[in-house]
Amino acid sequence: MSRKLDDNTRGRIKLIVLRVIVYLILIFLTVLCLFFFYLMIINATRSNAQLAAGFTLLPKENFFRNLVNAWTDTSINIPRGMLNSLIIALSSAALTTYFSALTAYGIHAYEFRGKRAIFTFIIAIMMIPAQVSALGFVQMMNKLHLTNSYIPLIVPSIAAPVVFFYMKQYMESVLPLDVIDAARVDGSGEFRTFNTIVLPMLKPAIAVQMIFSFVSSWNNYFVPALLLDKAEMKTVPIMIAQLRSADYSKFDMGKVYMFILLAILPVMITYILLSKSIIKGVTSGSVKG
Amino acid sequence: MTKNDTAKNGRRKNGVSYAKWGYIFIIPFFVVYLCFTLAPQFLTIYNSFFESYRVGLTQVGPNFVGIENYKTLFSPDSSGVILVLKYALNTFVLWILGAVPQFVIALLLAIFFTSYRLNIKGQGFFKTVIYMPNLIMAAAFSMLFYTLFSRVGPIQALLEHWGWIDASFDFFSKQVTVRGMIALMNFLMWFGNTTIVLMAGIMGIDQALFESATIDGANAVQVFFRVTMPLLMPIFVYCLITAMIGGIQMFDVPQVLTNGKGVPNEMTRTLVMYLNGYLTNKNYGMAGAISVFIFVVTGILSGFVYKSLVAQYKDPQRKHRERKGNVL
Repeated sequence: MSRKLDDNTRGRIKLIVLRVIVYLILIFLTVLCLFFFYLMIINATRSNAQLAAGFTLLPKENFFRNLVNAWTDTSINIPRGMLNSLIIALSSAALTTYFSALTAYGIHAYEFRGKRAIFTFIIAIMMIPAQVSALGFVQMMNKLHLTNSYIPLIVPSIAAPVVFFYMKQYMESVLPLDVIDAARVDGSGEFRTFNTIVLPMLKPAIAVQMIFSFVSSWNNYFVPALLLDKAEMKTVPIMIAQLRSADYSKFDMGKVYMFILLAILPVMITYILLSKSIIKGVTSGSVKG
Repeated sequence: MTKNDTAKNGRRKNGVSYAKWGYIFIIPFFVVYLCFTLAPQFLTIYNSFFESYRVGLTQVGPNFVGIENYKTLFSPDSSGVILVLKYALNTFVLWILGAVPQFVIALLLAIFFTSYRLNIKGQGFFKTVIYMPNLIMAAAFSMLFYTLFSRVGPIQALLEHWGWIDASFDFFSKQVTVRGMIALMNFLMWFGNTTIVLMAGIMGIDQALFESATIDGANAVQVFFRVTMPLLMPIFVYCLITAMIGGIQMFDVPQVLTNGKGVPNEMTRTLVMYLNGYLTNKNYGMAGAISVFIFVVTGILSGFVYKSLVAQYKDPQRKHRERKGNVL
């Protein structure tokens, strides 16, 4: 078992071959990730007749016609759907980040009886999927006449164990308790300290979590589909599913691709603008496991 | 206990207790959790013991029936199949078909990206691209797949043009193609996320350990199995558990792709699609029983996987931790 340290050229050739293979794999995966979305964008520029002609990788000139057709469609009111989704997603994002930070701060900065148990409890419920309580949730909302309302889709985001956990971890790394003591000495009230001193220190974490909660709320389908049946209250995912169950053969396919494009556009734009910090957020959220 | 007490005393510097603020700050969370999650959770379990469904416009029940719903859930239907187990198996198959490539590719990419020897350029770009599908609305992604792969879609046209398939081919009539599409979508949506998390895990490992292993004559494969993998285990397990719990919840993709029908022959119907069916039909008794079933499966699986995987890698991990002083 002698070491082949002297075999320099062989090693270098091996490395070059390895690099080529790695880049080929990466290029393949990149193409695979982008291919379907590329087709979607291309097909959103083609008319129904052009689409019937089959496969192409080149754009056509009907983008704006499809856009107008989709935007003014009477059976699927996509502007209204996007407005509904936007209201719900923005409010959820604001509530979930603020209250998760508040809860995490309560646990992080104060000592009180049962604190450890409470923390363990929140971590334990992190794993429980929303679907397993959906039945009771829908029933309760029915009783309270809160179906076809924004409330059951916004207010529950106040209690988000995952965001809480992220905030807690973030505080452990950036929020020394001396800062809070200093604020106290200066006569700042506890609530004011949180709002004016702690929150600004959490800005990066809040920004990242706002994006993630916006995205997950925008994409949420299961629970909203059980609660919203009035046309003017429906969110985008419900409309997309509706598109799937509609009589497909009668549809202008250019319009269908445009609907799908519109459904993912807000998230796509956010991602293109902020991909760096979003990707950073993925890691810092879950590393500790 | 003692640790807790000293911490408490230690922070009560000026003799004032701020404990009540801790409670006040966590009140909103717990009130909302109680009202919108915990109470519905109990209500769901409660429902599972009642007969409550609709026939046309007439409501039957709710009448207390004990564990009758659970008996129905686990008894075979007219063709001798226990549906809930069939759908559980479907869910598992769909998940594993996507998860195996997801974890293999993610692990490979994480190693490529973190390797100093390979020194991969353009990492930012690659990461941005592979993570992108994770943020895409699953319902829209699924609808896109449907339009692209449907009988009149461009993929069918292209493959016919190449002569790979004939005009009678239908992606939605074969179990293998529908399952394949769902697995592909799940793979695309999640491998980027896993890559990024595993990468962070590998970068958290002390570089000196890799160097000393290499100096000791370990080759790349040995380094991977003896150093990287054991130290990466906690994060790998974390990813696996979250992926698994996500898998149990699989709904949007197969629901939209198959229009809630689980074509062909209900072989792509998942547990949550089954639940959703009862919820929309307002059969709350059965929906409750399925919810409890999913709840239990989630609990068992996460505990089981976690324990078995950690035990397997416990010793080398501990040794390294002691040497390095808790790297992870």
